[in-house]
Amino acid sequence: MSRIKSPAELEAFRKEILAQRDPDKPCITLCSGSACNATGSGKVAAALELEIEKQGVTTEVVSRRTGCHGFCEQGPIVVIYPQGICYLKVQPEDIAEIISETIKKQKIVERLLYVDPNSGERATLEEDIPFYKYQKRLVLGSNRKIDPRSLEDYLAVEGYQAIAKVLFEMTPEQVVGEVKDAKLRGRGGAGFPSGLKWDFARNAPGDQKYVVVNCDEGDPGAYMDRSVMEGNPFAVLEGLMIGAYAIGANEGYIYVRQEYPLAVANLTVAIEKAEEYGLLGKNILGSGFDFTIKVHRGAGAFICGEETSLLNSLEGKAGEPNARPPFPAIRGLWSKPTNINNVETWANIPMIINKGAAFFSAIGTESSKGTKIFSLVGKVNNTGLVEVPMGASLRDIIFKIGGGVPGDKKFKAVQTGGPSGGCLPEDLLDTKVDFDELSQAGAMMGSGGMIVMDEDTCLVDIARYFLAFLSDESCGKCTPCREGIRQMLKILTNMTKGLAKEGDIDLLFELAEATKGSSMCALGKTAPNPVLSTLNHFREEYEAHINEKRCPSLSCKELIAFHIEPEKCKGCGACFRKCPAEAIEGGKKRIHVVVQEKCTKCGGCHEACPAAFDAVKILSGVPVPEATPEEARAIG
Amino acid sequence: MDIGKIDQIIDKYDGEASSLIQILLDIQSENHWLPKEALTRVGEKLNVPMSRIQHITTFYKHFSLSPKGKHEVHVCVGTACHVRGAERILDTVHEVTGVGAGETDPDLNFSVETVSCLGCCALGPVIVVDGEIHGNVEQAETAAVLTELKQAETTEVMQKCACE
Repeated sequence: MSRIKSPAELEAFRKEILAQRDPDKPCITLCSGSACNATGSGKVAAALELEIEKQGVTTEVVSRRTGCHGFCEQGPIVVIYPQGICYLKVQPEDIAEIISETIKKQKIVERLLYVDPNSGERATLEEDIPFYKYQKRLVLGSNRKIDPRSLEDYLAVEGYQAIAKVLFEMTPEQVVGEVKDAKLRGRGGAGFPSGLKWDFARNAPGDQKYVVVNCDEGDPGAYMDRSVMEGNPFAVLEGLMIGAYAIGANEGYIYVRQEYPLAVANLTVAIEKAEEYGLLGKNILGSGFDFTIKVHRGAGAFICGEETSLLNSLEGKAGEPNARPPFPAIRGLWSKPTNINNVETWANIPMIINKGAAFFSAIGTESSKGTKIFSLVGKVNNTGLVEVPMGASLRDIIFKIGGGVPGDKKFKAVQTGGPSGGCLPEDLLDTKVDFDELSQAGAMMGSGGMIVMDEDTCLVDIARYFLAFLSDESCGKCTPCREGIRQMLKILTNMTKGLAKEGDIDLLFELAEATKGSSMCALGKTAPNPVLSTLNHFREEYEAHINEKRCPSLSCKELIAFHIEPEKCKGCGACFRKCPAEAIEGGKKRIHVVVQEKCTKCGGCHEACPAAFDAVKILSGVPVPEATPEEARAIG
Repeated sequence: MDIGKIDQIIDKYDGEASSLIQILLDIQSENHWLPKEALTRVGEKLNVPMSRIQHITTFYKHFSLSPKGKHEVHVCVGTACHVRGAERILDTVHEVTGVGAGETDPDLNFSVETVSCLGCCALGPVIVVDGEIHGNVEQAETAAVLTELKQAETTEVMQKCACE
């Protein structure tokens, strides 16, 4: 195929692609996102190719390796279209049956279907699985239908329609106006109105301007940007191109973490394909608009998610932030006006242009429009990526879509917004996902990490965990952030070790205020949030750590001890065999005893003890009872 | 590391000083660490002072200025893995290999690193051993995987000694 030189040629090419595709022909799609790859998607793909050949159905069936479907808990995932039959946890040995039964005989392979853990009912179709049923997948939706490296696949799902419309039917002002009317807010964390941001860069004086994609998704526990980049890179490229036309830029940069090799690879292929077809480069679609894109890999620094740091890193320097103003819209990359948005923000743009601002702004709440992708992880049954309309409640996301907390454990808190966000307790579960409502509740939207915690999670330890992360990632340029975080971390670490003093809570508040008020960039300004939100909602846990040297969640290692209750021990030896530290004294038909001095508190004995005996107890805040004397250990 | 190979990498980026990080990333991925000769060569070719190269290589976590062990173990300590017990897994890795986070043993057998989120949160806790992801690992499983590698190393050394 040669370069596409006009919108008419683009449409003709699209028609040609669609004409070659029979919508009724079975199409087997296999999720090949990073999580499914980790559970063996590659081997399943090889088996699929082999089996299609072996069973002689090469002409009757199409197979496609797609990006992330989102239901990572159940991978590798196979979906068969046009019906949308969804098979979960598919292994290479299942493939022969899928072909011989489902493809050849239109029969369902029951054992691979989703089973509702509560009702025991099976769901045949993707849309009947509760995890998918309550989602609205406007951005992620295409992921499961297209091969991320195929431009043809992207064209088949209306790809590049928006750029053709923008280049030939809209002025740059109209494009900015459309994004403003859609009331799209940045998906990277702060939620700044994107249209306004574009306007600033558009109106900034200067001939040379830049557009940048921020895919430095460093928030631990969040991976939605990666899935969009891995699964639908063309949508990001198209969105970026639309933004470039709107603000008057001819060069774009995509900043991706090097920890995301598949995203870099798919993106690089997508750019090559787009260049080959003339959808990047000189005179795109004959419009006279030129645009090129370069990919820049990050080298492992959380701070580079902050826009001024990212721009410094793009210039080949250390990723340290600059004071704002001047904002990048005025003085950005190479001191030129630059517009930088997050991956998800860019991926929303083609849809806004195609379907119109009215369509987009009809979804969501008064102040937050459209959908948001969250990575729902931690102590939740259905881990994965969920896309919901703004205004959905946390409760619905965690319990309806996520299926609640595993086992018979009790929900304790949900953490949103990553290291800059906060933890919300059960009585705030009806909070809606909305930029302002989440901030008012003491958390934040952030980029979309949503970590569920149960009764076993210690929130003092969670605050310590986030500050340890931030202390490590603080660039050190400004003192309040560098020292403030370090001092707070010291206090929190002492608390988890039983070394805290009275007055430490007041000191934490004081340090939090100082760090928040005087740090230079968002990393420091938001760093105290995990501490403040846990202090506000779970103060009693802090007090127990300080006053009673007790960890109510029985999680802080230095504050707990393992003890075998002599009257419950049946001498089965399960704990003895499991202990890696040889810290258990046992013997046949003898009461087992934990030798406290040797115990590494790994918890292995607690897990190993049969539920019927329930003899291994975790103690905190109370002295460990004396060990049963040797001569009294015989049972029966 | 071969100077020719370094030059090849630098040429790929047209010798632009702004590509410094990209060039260092390529050398790191080729060689697993950044030897001094490589940095000197990059400085000469790009006309960038060593002080800036040192700033970059010590600022970004991915760069290593010392050799890595034969087996690289990455323990995910992202939030999802943390709440599912990543700390204990890290302890086990330390116990079995004798190597703490961010360290390499003197025999260059193991390097242990922590990473903040691999994006496989559904599989947490996760460890990556020589590029292979092990999901939902318990302490016992972690110990088993690493002990096997360790024993293989010991056997190799013993065989070598026997030969000599």
